[in-house]
Amino acid sequence: MNGRIHSFQSMGAVDGPGLRYVVFMQGCNLRCVYCHNPDTWNLLRGKEYSADEVVKKILNCRSYFGKEGGVTVSGGEPLLQWEFTASLFERLKQEGIHTALDTSGTGNLQGAKEVLRFTDLVLCDLKFSTKEEYCRYCKADMIEVLNFMKLTEQMDIPLWVRHVIVPGLNNSTEAIKSIAATAGLFTNLKRLELLPFKKLCVSKYEALGIPFPCSDYDECSSSEIDDFLSVLGSD
Amino acid sequence: MNYSEWNGFNEGNWKNEIDVRNFIQTNYTPYEGNEAFLAGPTERTKKLMKKLNHLFLLEQEFGGVLDIDTQTVSSLTNYQPGYLDKEQEIIVGLQTDRPLKRGVNPFGGLNMTKNACEAYGYKISNKIETEFQYRTTHNDGVFRVYTDEIKAARKSGIITGLPDAYGRGRIIGDYRRVALYGIDLLINEKKKDKQELGRRDMDVDNIRRLEELYQQINFLNKLKEMANMYGIDISNPAATAKEAVQWLYFGYLGSIKEQNGAAMSLGRVSTFLDIYFERDLKDNIITEEQAQEIVDDFVMKLRMARHLRTPAYNELFAGDPMWITEAVGGTGEDGRTLVTKNSYRILHTLYNLGPSAEPNLTVLWSDKLPQSFMRYIAKVSCDTDAIQYENDDLMRSSFGDDYAIACCVSAMRVGKDMQFFGARSNLPKLLLMSLNGGRDEMSGDQTAPEQRPYEGEYLEYEKVLEGMAFYREWLARTYVNAMNIIHYMHDKYAYEKTQMALHDTDVHRFMAFGIAGLSVLADSLSAIKYGKVKVIRNNTGLITGFEITGEYPAYGNDDDRVDSIAQEQVQLFFEALKRNKTYRDAEHTLSILTITSNVVYGKKTGATPDGRGAGVPFAPGANPMHGREKNGALASLNSVSKISYDYCKDGVSNTFSIVPQALGNREEERYANLVSILRGYFAMKGQHLNVNVLNRATLMEAYEHPEKHPNLTIRVSGYAVNFHKLSKLQQREVMARTFHEVM
Repeated sequence: MNGRIHSFQSMGAVDGPGLRYVVFMQGCNLRCVYCHNPDTWNLLRGKEYSADEVVKKILNCRSYFGKEGGVTVSGGEPLLQWEFTASLFERLKQEGIHTALDTSGTGNLQGAKEVLRFTDLVLCDLKFSTKEEYCRYCKADMIEVLNFMKLTEQMDIPLWVRHVIVPGLNNSTEAIKSIAATAGLFTNLKRLELLPFKKLCVSKYEALGIPFPCSDYDECSSSEIDDFLSVLGSD
Repeated sequence: MNYSEWNGFNEGNWKNEIDVRNFIQTNYTPYEGNEAFLAGPTERTKKLMKKLNHLFLLEQEFGGVLDIDTQTVSSLTNYQPGYLDKEQEIIVGLQTDRPLKRGVNPFGGLNMTKNACEAYGYKISNKIETEFQYRTTHNDGVFRVYTDEIKAARKSGIITGLPDAYGRGRIIGDYRRVALYGIDLLINEKKKDKQELGRRDMDVDNIRRLEELYQQINFLNKLKEMANMYGIDISNPAATAKEAVQWLYFGYLGSIKEQNGAAMSLGRVSTFLDIYFERDLKDNIITEEQAQEIVDDFVMKLRMARHLRTPAYNELFAGDPMWITEAVGGTGEDGRTLVTKNSYRILHTLYNLGPSAEPNLTVLWSDKLPQSFMRYIAKVSCDTDAIQYENDDLMRSSFGDDYAIACCVSAMRVGKDMQFFGARSNLPKLLLMSLNGGRDEMSGDQTAPEQRPYEGEYLEYEKVLEGMAFYREWLARTYVNAMNIIHYMHDKYAYEKTQMALHDTDVHRFMAFGIAGLSVLADSLSAIKYGKVKVIRNNTGLITGFEITGEYPAYGNDDDRVDSIAQEQVQLFFEALKRNKTYRDAEHTLSILTITSNVVYGKKTGATPDGRGAGVPFAPGANPMHGREKNGALASLNSVSKISYDYCKDGVSNTFSIVPQALGNREEERYANLVSILRGYFAMKGQHLNVNVLNRATLMEAYEHPEKHPNLTIRVSGYAVNFHKLSKLQQREVMARTFHEVM
C-alpha cells in the first residue's frame, strides 16, 4: 500500500498531545482561503512511500514520544488517501503508538470509518459558523464535516476541534461562540483550540504562482486569542 | 585521620585516604522535590550584582578588556588581595588586585601575551619582557622542535587551534579536596607519594614525576599563602558551608591565577557542597536564604574570572570564554539521584543574578533524574538558554559517577583523569587535499606528501576513498606528532602545578583529538556516491570547484545512507590516530566539537563536493549543515546520535535551536516537550545537546540593536556566550543556523 506524501516533520509539538511525528499527506479536496499549505493541494505532486517505509521512519523517533506523544497524519487531506492512512494507523496501533488524524472531515465516510478504527484522537475544524460561508470560503459541504464528527462521537474517539481565527473573516464573537456551541454538542469533544492566522505561507503561494486569497488580511495576535478564550470561558 | 571540622559527617573510606567520591556517597541527601524551597536574591546580593553589571558594561565599552596589569606576572601570591566590595562580600578572592583587571601570563608564550596587550592598547612592561628573555616558554619549546611538515599543516589550517602558544587547559583540579581535607593533609599525602617514588629506579619517567611532585607541594604551600593574604587559614578542613565554598574557590582561584588554560572547568561541586549546606541548615547555623546568598556570591566570583586573549584567539573561541564548567545532577552507581537542593541553588543563580554564559552550567541528564528536576531544568532552558545537557547514562558506564566535564563535552573522573587537549583536524580539507595530491586547495602549496592528484572529470566514490586513506594516515601521524611535542613542552615549561596537586599522583591521561567539518565531509562523500560530481580545475590543474547534479541524501535527515558515511569516517580517523604512539602513553580520545571555530575552519577551506562554496562556515560540532535538514528536529537529532561514543569519548557536540512556538503552545507544554526531546535524544545515545529556545527574529533584533538585548545569552557549541561578544561574522553564522519551526 503506497501513499503520496508531501513531507515529514519528525517533531511536531502543536498537532496533538506531546511530541509527534507528523506525516503531511499530499492532495486536498478543499480550497480554504486561508490555507497555509497550498503546496499540498495537488494530488499528483509529492512522493510515493509505502506504509512500511513510513512506519520505519516513525519507529526511529519512538523514544521521543514519551507517554503522550505519537503520530499525527495531516496534510493535505489524509482521508483522500484513506486506504493508506488506515493501513499506516493499523500498523502503528500494532506497535502501540498513539495515532491522531488531522482532517477537515469531508469526503468518503466509509473510508473515514476504516481510518477511525485505528485512530486514538481526531483533530478537526469547523472553520465557519454557517454552511454558506463554508461553501464560499472552502469550496466544500459543511454537512459532511458534521456527519464525520457524529461518526467520531458514535465510535467514541476523543475529538479536538481547532479553529483558525482570521481577523476580518471569521472573528466575530458570535461566529466564535456559535462554533464553540456546535463543537460542544459532541460528547466526545475534549478540547477546543483557537489558532491564530499567520501569513508565513505567503512565500509558498509565491513559489507556486498562486494568488493568496487572504494576503490582505491581518495576522491574528496571541492577545486576540486570549480575549476570545476569556469570552468562551465566561459562558 | 580525624578533624573536629568533620563532626556530624558519616564515616567512610574518605577518612582513610583521599576519596571525595566516597565522602559524597556516604553523606549526601538526594532531593526529589521541586524548586519551591528556593530563595530569591537578598538586598546585599542585588546591590553587589548591580555594581558588577556596571563593571561588565564598562568592560564592553572599553572594547572587551577593562584593564591589564602589565607589570606583574600572574601567579598565586603576586597580587595584593582584591575585592568587589570588601565589607559586603561573602566569598573573597580575585585573580588580580581589582575586579575584571586581567593579569599577564607569559608562561604559555610571550608573543601571545605581548600581542594581547597591544591589541587593547597596552604594552607589556620591560621588566617582564627582560625576565622572559632568560626563560623558555611553552611556545618557545614547541617551536624549537616543530618540523617543517607540522608547520605547513598548521599554516594550511588542516590542523587548527593547537595549544602551542597559550595554556592548554582542560584540566580540572579536584577543588573539593581543599575544602574536605585542608591544605596540610594534602601536602602530607603528596610527601608520602614522593617518598614512595623516591624508592624506585630513577628512569626518565620517575625523575619527571618527582620533579612534578616537588612543584605540586610547592604550589599547595603557595595556595595556603594566597588564602592567608585574604586573612583566611586553609590549613585545616572547612568547618562550615561558607568555609567549604571559600576553600574550594581558593583552589580554583589559585589555578586560574597560575594558568591561563583554554578551558578551566570547575568540576562537579554542587552536590559535594550540599553536604555542608545540609549540615549547617540542620544545625540552624544558616537559613535557606543565607545558603542561596553564599551560592550567589560564589557564582558572582566565577562570573568575574578573566583571561587575557588575543583577537585571533577570540576568532576561534569567541566571547571571552573561560569554560568554568560545572556538572550538575546525574545518577549514582547505586541508582540514587545525585540531584540535591544545591543542584537547584546553582541553577537558580540564573534567576537571582540574571542569565549568564559563565559558569557553564551543564546538566548531566539521566533517565532517572527526578521528574520535578527534569521539569525545572526545561524551564531554566526556556527562560535563559544558558544550560547544556550531557548524557550521564552514557558516560557513567565509562567514567563512573564522579566525573566532570572539561570545557564543553569532555568527561573526566575528577582528580583521577587529566587530558592533553588539542585542536581539531579539518576533515573536508583532508578530502580536498587527497584529491589534489597533497596540495592545499586554497594556496596551491604542497602541504602533504606528493601523490598523483585525482584524474578524470567525475568523482568516483571508491577512488576518492582510496586517496583519502593515504592522506588520513599522514594527517593522523602529523597531528599526533604535533600533540606529543606540545604536551611534552607544556609539562616541561608550563606544568599545571596547582591543578595537578589536586589530582591523584598516579593520574590517568587522555590525549584528546578533534574533528571539524564532519557534516560537510559526510555530505560531500554522499554527493559523490549518490549524485554526480564533476570537478573544476584551475589553470594549474588544482581542483578548486565542483559541479553537482542530482540529489543526494544529506546528513541530518535520519537517512542511514549518509549517516553511515559519517559514522565510518569518524571510526576510520580514530583508528588512524590510534596507530600512533602518544606522549606519556596517554589514551587516545576524539571529539567532534568546534566551539565557534567552525567559522574560521570554513574560511580556510575551499569549495567542497556537497555544494558548499569556498570560505563558507562549516556547521558547528557534529551538527548537520544548516538548511539541509528536511525532516524536522528529531530526524536531525537522530543522525547525530548515530555517531558512536565508543570512538568519540571526548564528546560529540550538538547545538539545537528551536522557536518557542514550535515547542508547544503553553509554557507547561513546552517544558514537557523539551523533556521528551532530551529523554529521546539521550535514549538514542546522543551525548551532548545545547538547547536554545528563541526566535531568529530576537537574534536579528539583537544584531541590529544590541542595546535592546544587552544580556542575550545563547548556547553555541558546548558553551554559552553573550551574543554581543561574538564578532559580526559569527553572529551572522549563528543566525543562519537551523531553527526548528512550525510548518
